[in-house]
Amino acid sequence: MVGISFDLVINALIAGILLGGFYAAVTLGVSISFGILDIVNIAHPAFIILGSYIAYILNAQFGIDPIVVSILMMPVFYLLGAGVYQVYHEAFERRGQESLRGLSFFFGLLFVTEVILILVFGVDYRYVEAWYIGPSWRLGVMDFPLRMLVPCVTALALFGALELFLSRTFVGRAISAVAQDQLALRLMAADPIRIKRIAFGISIATTAVAGALLIIIQPVEPSVGREYIGRVFAICVLGGLGSLPGTVIGAMLLGILESFTATFYGPSWAPAVAFGVLLLTLAFRPAGLLGR
Amino acid sequence: MRLFLLIAIAVAAAVFFGARLIGNDYVFFAGYTVLQFVVLATAWNILGGYTGYVNFGSAAFFAMGAYATVALHKFPALIDSTFPEALAPLLRAIFPLPIPALIVIGGIVSGVVGLGMGYLTLRLRGAFFAIATLALAVVLQTLIVNWDYVGGSRGAYIIRPGEIALIGPYIQYLFLLMLALAVIAIAIARGIERSQLGYGFATIRDDELAAEASGVPTLKLKLIATALSGALMGMAGAPFPYYIGYLQPSSAFGLEYAVNSIAMPMIGGTTSWVGPLIGAILLGSLQQYVTVTISSSVNVLVVGLLLIVFVIVAPNGIVGLVQGHLRGRKK
Repeated sequence: MVGISFDLVINALIAGILLGGFYAAVTLGVSISFGILDIVNIAHPAFIILGSYIAYILNAQFGIDPIVVSILMMPVFYLLGAGVYQVYHEAFERRGQESLRGLSFFFGLLFVTEVILILVFGVDYRYVEAWYIGPSWRLGVMDFPLRMLVPCVTALALFGALELFLSRTFVGRAISAVAQDQLALRLMAADPIRIKRIAFGISIATTAVAGALLIIIQPVEPSVGREYIGRVFAICVLGGLGSLPGTVIGAMLLGILESFTATFYGPSWAPAVAFGVLLLTLAFRPAGLLGR
Repeated sequence: MRLFLLIAIAVAAAVFFGARLIGNDYVFFAGYTVLQFVVLATAWNILGGYTGYVNFGSAAFFAMGAYATVALHKFPALIDSTFPEALAPLLRAIFPLPIPALIVIGGIVSGVVGLGMGYLTLRLRGAFFAIATLALAVVLQTLIVNWDYVGGSRGAYIIRPGEIALIGPYIQYLFLLMLALAVIAIAIARGIERSQLGYGFATIRDDELAAEASGVPTLKLKLIATALSGALMGMAGAPFPYYIGYLQPSSAFGLEYAVNSIAMPMIGGTTSWVGPLIGAILLGSLQQYVTVTISSSVNVLVVGLLLIVFVIVAPNGIVGLVQGHLRGRKK
């Protein structure tokens, strides 16, 4: 390529991969709720922002590391998710009204969370402090900002843990099974509703981590979450619904695409990439790259 | 149908002259917003309520209409620099376009966008359409922010003329236009309900697979609904720059349009044209009240909470509650 230096390309690639790792953390929860359970939780980004704000509060008040905060908060978010699922199940799933009203319910949740955060914290950008925000590792011409590297590694660890859980434990396998055959699950003496509640709880628990990673990467204000709606569903569809490895690959691809777009066309165009990817995937390969 | 239209026009005329009797311009400003929501809610319901496909991107369709107006409003500045001189007098005679023409153009732009979106996503499961509409708003906003001609992220000023012939203050003219749009939207919605088209939509909502199997052209019907619904939203957006005077992407794409156009039909009731009308009038007036007395963020919160409460407790909205009550009494 003439006029575009090799350094720029390689660093855009690295930035994209690191960004993609973070996107994987953001999307893993949706892969479980939307991909496996068929619950279109469009309020997912709202929970992520909630996670960011909790990380911000505890970090600002007590100076606790945001990632430590997020791991401590996972059980709380799990309970929150289980509670939300219970309401969703009672009000919509059981009545068979999940499409129209269930969607509106989550839309309302997304909206209410955002407005409450605005009312409490205002629309100022908030950020956290930690030792890895700022420095960066250099390897020849390659640049690894720790601000991006730490979230990426954390995200991959989260992915590994979830993948192990889903493939090795009874509950994990039951979660993969619940989408396919609820009756068979019942015959295995597992209550599908309980399994779904656990799965949805886990999906929301991941948002505690994703939220902390988000506020490490960039300052956060309540409406930032909206940008992630397009992204998470684009990644989820691109990766093939319900496939966690597919999600990570999809996330990396989108990260790289966005990073190149931002480097060569300017950062204000980046949000449009996810939508383009989503529409093209839906139009040409709705089953995703690693579709079931 | 003709009788209904006559009644609707009579009611609209009564509303307009009633508002004039009060003789306060604020009534027109507030009333315009409420009527705008009547159009948006009715438009949303044509797709969401009748066919069961959820559109989260109402703000995008609305903004497309508004920005079509801005683009055409700025057009005369280009005449001298880009067009041959022979054409200039002709163009100058056409521009600036009157608002009714802008409304039609806004409707066409949004309708075409709706059609394109629908074509790409409506063959898949319903949820994909909903997600795509949600993402559409973000992307169109990105496009507008990057488009300097319509003001980019800085926004664009539209100077509203102070007076207009025959009617008087300009805001009354805008109010009258929105009133007419509301009547048109409601007449269309009611017309659909009682036509073959409406039955086709209902079969899609109730069981799309069965409808498809019995020979209902589901994709065609869904595309009609999307285009119609999008077009009405664009029409509601077209006069908006003249109303607000200064349009910036964040106000045109405001999430309150998306949430209100869902919440109003859901709260009013989605099965008939009455629901969105009731929802829009109630919620619209409530919001005007809350905005004035408390704050505009609280009003958005109220709408969100009401939406959640209603979808859980009263799945068929106010209309459903009233119907249930009447049926209970008959027994």
